[in-house]
Amino acid sequence: MTTTQDTTTPKEKTSGVTYTPEDGLLLEVEDLYVEFHTPDGIATAINGVSFDLHQGESLAILGESGSGKSVTAQAIMGILDMPPAVIPGGHIRYCGQDLLSMPEDQRRRTRGPEVSMIFQDALSSLNPVFPVGWQIAEMFRMHRGVNKSDALQQAIRLMERVQIPAARDRVKAYPHQFSGGMRQRIMIAMAIALDPAVLIADEPTTALDVTVQAQIMALLEELQQERQMGLILITHDLGVVADVADRIAVMYAGRFVEKADVVELYSAPAHPYTRGLLESIPRLDQKGQTLAAIGGLPPNLMRIPPGCPFNPRCRRAEDVCRRDRPELREVVPGRLAACHFAEEVINA
Amino acid sequence: MTDAAVAEVTVAEPRDAGTREEERSLASDAWRALRHNPIFWVSAVLIAVFTLMAIWPSLFTNTDPREAILAESRSRPGDGTWFGRDIQGYDIYARCIYGARASILVGVLTTTMVVVIGGGIGMISGYLGGVWDATFSRIGDIFFSIPLLLGAIIFLSSLPEFFNENYFLVIMKVVLALAFLGWPSLARLMRSSVIQVKPNDYVQAARALGASPSRIIRSHILPNSLAPLIVVATISLGGYIAIEATLSFLGIGLQPPAISWGIDISAAIVGLRTTPHMLFFPSLFLSLAVLGFILMGDAVRDALDPKTR
Amino acid sequence: MPEVILSAQDLVKHYPIRSGVLRRVAGQVKAVDGVSFDLHKGETLGIVGESGCGKSTLGRLLMRLEEPTSGKVIFGGEDWSGASGRKLRQMRRNIQIVFQDPYTSLNPRMTVGDIVGEPLEIHSDVVPKGGRRKRVQELLDLVGLNPEHINRYPHQFSGGQRQRIGIARGIALNPSVLVCDEPVSALDVSVQAQVVNLMEKLQDELGLAYVFIAHDLSVVRHISDRVGVMYLGRMAELGEEDEVYSRPTHPYTQALLSAVPVPDPTLRGKRDQIVLQGDVPSPANPPSGCRFHTRCWKAQEVCTIDEPELEMRPDGVGAHLSRCHFAEPRLILETVDVSDVEPDTRFAGTEVQDMSDLGSGLGAAGGGEDLGSSAADAGVERSSALHPDTDQAPQDTTRLVDEQPGDDRPTR
Repeated sequence: MTTTQDTTTPKEKTSGVTYTPEDGLLLEVEDLYVEFHTPDGIATAINGVSFDLHQGESLAILGESGSGKSVTAQAIMGILDMPPAVIPGGHIRYCGQDLLSMPEDQRRRTRGPEVSMIFQDALSSLNPVFPVGWQIAEMFRMHRGVNKSDALQQAIRLMERVQIPAARDRVKAYPHQFSGGMRQRIMIAMAIALDPAVLIADEPTTALDVTVQAQIMALLEELQQERQMGLILITHDLGVVADVADRIAVMYAGRFVEKADVVELYSAPAHPYTRGLLESIPRLDQKGQTLAAIGGLPPNLMRIPPGCPFNPRCRRAEDVCRRDRPELREVVPGRLAACHFAEEVINA
Repeated sequence: MTDAAVAEVTVAEPRDAGTREEERSLASDAWRALRHNPIFWVSAVLIAVFTLMAIWPSLFTNTDPREAILAESRSRPGDGTWFGRDIQGYDIYARCIYGARASILVGVLTTTMVVVIGGGIGMISGYLGGVWDATFSRIGDIFFSIPLLLGAIIFLSSLPEFFNENYFLVIMKVVLALAFLGWPSLARLMRSSVIQVKPNDYVQAARALGASPSRIIRSHILPNSLAPLIVVATISLGGYIAIEATLSFLGIGLQPPAISWGIDISAAIVGLRTTPHMLFFPSLFLSLAVLGFILMGDAVRDALDPKTR
Repeated sequence: MPEVILSAQDLVKHYPIRSGVLRRVAGQVKAVDGVSFDLHKGETLGIVGESGCGKSTLGRLLMRLEEPTSGKVIFGGEDWSGASGRKLRQMRRNIQIVFQDPYTSLNPRMTVGDIVGEPLEIHSDVVPKGGRRKRVQELLDLVGLNPEHINRYPHQFSGGQRQRIGIARGIALNPSVLVCDEPVSALDVSVQAQVVNLMEKLQDELGLAYVFIAHDLSVVRHISDRVGVMYLGRMAELGEEDEVYSRPTHPYTQALLSAVPVPDPTLRGKRDQIVLQGDVPSPANPPSGCRFHTRCWKAQEVCTIDEPELEMRPDGVGAHLSRCHFAEPRLILETVDVSDVEPDTRFAGTEVQDMSDLGSGLGAAGGGEDLGSSAADAGVERSSALHPDTDQAPQDTTRLVDEQPGDDRPTR
């Protein structure tokens, strides 16, 4: 089986560059901005986002479509198409080194093996004309310079690790010959092939059925524990977050509106948006529930309202919310929220 | 990947365009995109000029294109005429102007016939499927396998004498030949377009409401499947003009005394080295006309198919 | 129990798999394979299952968008699977459908007025010609949209609004049954609740019966009176919402329920998690005997040979329909009855009006006109939706915004 990495020792990659996380701090995103320059105007997809990720930690970024959660992931991975995307400001540091100011080839050598990503749609992320085993083996050949047969052996071991039945017989199978769940496992195998320190999972189970979702989330959690990876889980599903994440950042209109420990956030949300979300989902373990809904829609990213971006939908909004933009601030120790009335909300 | 990112951004603003009550018919849709496209304006001017030439050639010249002044035969441009004269002593400028009519007529009539026949058959095979589809598709394949030019030559030479009686019938002869061989490509296009639209939920919803097939086709399938047909029809209009010229050049399309660019090009070949202007001007007109329609087709495709943008 | 309005009797839909040059039938995809149920007047029957279980095909069979291979659909005592022509058109008035994808279910080249008015045009005797526009506006108002937007095109609306338009089209002919095929699964979480609340309101007001097809077990529990669980074209379990969720007897239902993540981190690791092995087998080649036996931890030899019947099996309290030889109740998760708990309306509301103008309108250069018109035109209901109160929780906790006149939030 795969070797468990001693995470305190620096990892030597073929790139020759070594990265040592200081105090377990892997990734540091600071005041990141991303804009999309479209013919109709400038859409601000990310509007000053900051967060840290430590070894063995799982951070969930929760948001609805258009909140900028996927763009954040793509900015970290460096897979935004620029143009139309522009990063006017901010830093993304991996083990202290700023990925955004690195020369292109160094950045590529860093991101590839150190930070990897799983996408929602496994079918379109895999190349349909190559066998899956070959695609996994290619990772080893490209980044580790392993010879062909060894690479294939490692690919088989990896496929076994992600619990693909009869892996040895199926290395030569093509992506379309696998079910959705199995394809997502293959994606995971490829993502962890080079022992990344950071794994970003962008809606990894949204396209899957619940029973398969449970399998995949269990596998992800297990792998993360085993390898002490930093996991960024991007999702809109409050249930999935509650099951796997340690910390959670709620994103709205390109900003974090709340950041907290998962248990604390669910028990007492500090932002009206988080609160509204929690109240608007039907729960499997409740009956006779009356659903509360947040009215309206997330704002148009080209015309984000002044003041708090949530104010038009917020029932608590007052004049100050329409005027001043609340910054993300510490409400109680360890709890950050961007709301003028966060104390009131958290105690409600 | 960034498609997804952009999509995510745009999804959040569905009401972006919603501030005004915008039309969403095919034409207005296209117009919105077209009016900012310089290529559209260039091609529109070209097409307008040629259409005007076809309808009122007298607007452009007072000279009779059949007035042969043999004494001035092969005179150069500027020697009394703008474009010079050909072997017969015809004014080349006037010939070029009057030649537009044949080309535009053939182009427009052929395209209309092909769109009606091809579009209709494509709609039937796409909508009904099954045996209809199989039959029409196979028939189309057979026509596809006939080379257009060769087929047209055989078709034209096998038509009865009746078709040579007057100008219009001669034109129709060419039109029929081209339409006869040209419909399968549009039928195929329409079929695939209909097959794409048909499974959409709005079509299913109309079925669930008990809408009649004619209603479903009229108000749901047709408006949503017509765009590619229009694009290809516009581009192939230019192609038909070129083919008409080719056929006339070969002497099997229009024949003198009819006036056509193809005929003039053919006649100019003899003086290729000594009097190139006789070849140059009709060729220029032909190329500009074809170019006009092809550019227009490109512009319309950009306007109707946002995916290529 | 109220009268049965729609009844599926042993519905079967097999799709032939053709292969080879001669397109010979090589097999059958058994999408729906013998499904029966009754739908009572005004109730909601939820149908849950994973992808490929045949739930969407079932919806299409009920709508007669597909012809069943065998079996019947009885509507109001009449077999409507045999009807054709005039008769079929007549019956279509009574049963309508709402689709999943709000982006493909509306014709992009028609205005909202034309889309919602199309049923009235097809069934031209329902509303006389002159009154149709007014009726369309009433319908838009009923689903919480601004009636002034009748001349807009679908692309000018958000996903949630489009789904409302789809619902308006569905109820235009006053049907008694609405088949809803994943009506909220394409929507964002915060918008889902708006549409679910709207559907509940419409049910109360119009006495609709819903067949609510979805893969989201939480939403189905919330909206349904009775629930059917489908697996590989068959009904595995069918019963009252409480019976199926609190006392499931079929192992598949139990596994399904245990797999749903509950938004409560304190339950992490404490829940009875059943992780099923493998994937759903292909419906082209379903397993012999019980279809679930390949993934079932209880399977015995008998399960591979004998297919269990869907029959009443004891669930600890009473009995409900289940298709398992070894049916026994298993508590997957403790149910909390919150029907007496008043919702906290300080931060999220229970109104059903669409308030999208709110979200994207403010501060928008071109949005001002919208805000003005919506506030001015939609009248009482709309403005009440705009003024949810902050201090006094409304006495009435039903979802009817119309009945919450006490709201007095300061105007924007």
